[in-house]
Amino acid sequence: MIELASAAFTYGGGDILTDLNLSLPPGSFHFLTGPSGSGKTTLLRLCYMELLPTKGRVRVFKNDVAAMDRDQVALTRRRIGVVHQDCKFLDHLSVAENIALPLGVSGQNVTAQASNLIELLAWVGLEHHADALPQQLSGGERQRAALARAVIMSPDVIIADEPTGNIDWEMAIRLMQLLVELNRMGKTILIATHDLNLIRNVKAKTSARVLRLHNRHLQLAGADL
Amino acid sequence: MGVLKILRAAASGDKQADRVVPPSGYTATLTGFSAAAMAFLAVFTLALALATGRLADRWSAELARTATVRISAPKGQMQAQTTAVLNVLKTTPGIKSARPLSDAEQRKLLAPWFGPDLPLDSLPIPRLIEVVEKDGGPDVEGLRLRLAAEAPGAIYDDHTRWRQPLVNAARRLRLLAGISMALIALATAAMITLAASAALAANATVISVLRLVGAKDTYIARAFVRRFTLRALGGAAVGTLLAMGAVLLLPSAAREGGFLTGLGFQGAEWILPLLIPFLAAFVSFWATRMAALRTLRGIS
Ligand SMILES: Nc1ncnc2c1ncn2[C@@H]1O[C@H](COP(=O)(O)OP(=O)(O)OP(=O)(O)O)[C@@H](O)[C@H]1O
Ligand SMILES: [Mg+2]
Repeated sequence: MIELASAAFTYGGGDILTDLNLSLPPGSFHFLTGPSGSGKTTLLRLCYMELLPTKGRVRVFKNDVAAMDRDQVALTRRRIGVVHQDCKFLDHLSVAENIALPLGVSGQNVTAQASNLIELLAWVGLEHHADALPQQLSGGERQRAALARAVIMSPDVIIADEPTGNIDWEMAIRLMQLLVELNRMGKTILIATHDLNLIRNVKAKTSARVLRLHNRHLQLAGADL
Repeated sequence: MGVLKILRAAASGDKQADRVVPPSGYTATLTGFSAAAMAFLAVFTLALALATGRLADRWSAELARTATVRISAPKGQMQAQTTAVLNVLKTTPGIKSARPLSDAEQRKLLAPWFGPDLPLDSLPIPRLIEVVEKDGGPDVEGLRLRLAAEAPGAIYDDHTRWRQPLVNAARRLRLLAGISMALIALATAAMITLAASAALAANATVISVLRLVGAKDTYIARAFVRRFTLRALGGAAVGTLLAMGAVLLLPSAAREGGFLTGLGFQGAEWILPLLIPFLAAFVSFWATRMAALRTLRGIS
């Protein structure tokens, strides 16, 4: 679904990522780990086309990202659900409106999807917060709302950046459970996290692979995890 | 794209697309106010353009059809020369009729300058013959030569001398009014572009979030375009109505007949100013759209 071939990236200083190869086959479940500042977020941004590689190629759904025009990028992003590290909500819209945002921007009738939306809110346990504003939610609630927004278009790929960053263990396990369920439904999953316990917990339930960013390169982590 | 289609798209456009951009308090008010002020100016400029146009047409049309022959001759020859001139005129092609003004008529013409008790008989006042032309008028040069031969004291005056500068002035005024209209439209476009750019800059975060969830540029642009188009339409409508009211209440100077005669709209012309709000909406539609698409290209 997503492929990086000898990709490199720099924000202008030195390379953050160098000669990086990665392939996410359909239905796979990958963790991306590495110390803070190692470039996890940067790698994910390459995957959802917010950044273009400074060297090498990124292919999404077999299309070279560098060759896509702006509308193609928009259309391709509708097939990738992203949970951003900082959630990226629109603060003036309610939680429900934020979750429904991808439907609206892709021209779908939001009211026609109301029952889906209610179901989705219940699935992430936010049915009582639909009309709240994002800033009125707790950290964990925000991340669950972000997950709901990521899956509302029923995307082929789900990318999550530290989705359990500021929530307790119980909630983190619940959220991971949601992602495992999605993977069982055939979605391709890529999750950046530095929580090794969480990774071990998920690996016990599903066949997840663990990639480690180290010294600007990507390594496949061994069985030591 | 037709104005109506644009307006319909702008007005109906989905509410949801509009909500994704947070409301923007006072820039909205300022945009509406500026549109109203521009529309107000546009209405007066339009009135001026129409009035000067009418003036130029009327002057050139009316004056073109009349001329005067002025006969200055010693008292004894006056009658003979008048008869000679009338004979010449009668046989000249392009002249419909010729008629000497009576003493009473001449006295009336001169009254504003010399008072009603003018002793016409004791003054060497020239005799005036009113000439009505037809079919594009006579061959003026030939007529002048014939008059000089038959009645040396007669001068044919087709009013070109004083008509042409007036008509020119009126035409120039109409041109200036047209240029002013164009400048008002351009200034409105510039003002809307500035306001839209400010709104786009203020909403950079919102725009980047929308891009990340898969919004196309046209979708994001639409939210801004709809807003500015409606604002310009509303503001311009208010400005137009106020200005039309002011034109309507303009004291009529028609009878006193100065330059201001007929500044305003007549009959079907009242429809023209009503187009100004739509013109403003059209201008702001394109200005916002261009500004939005240009700004969006800079956001990944
Ligand atoms: N917009 C930017 N401009 C310049 N440098 C940046 C930018 N974003 C990130 N960086 C730098 O790139 C490096 C990698 O950042 P990145 O956010 O990808 O790390 P990360 O692995 O996600 O870290 P964390 O675990 O803390 O989220 C860091 O050194 C950071 O300072
Ligand atoms: Mg990060």
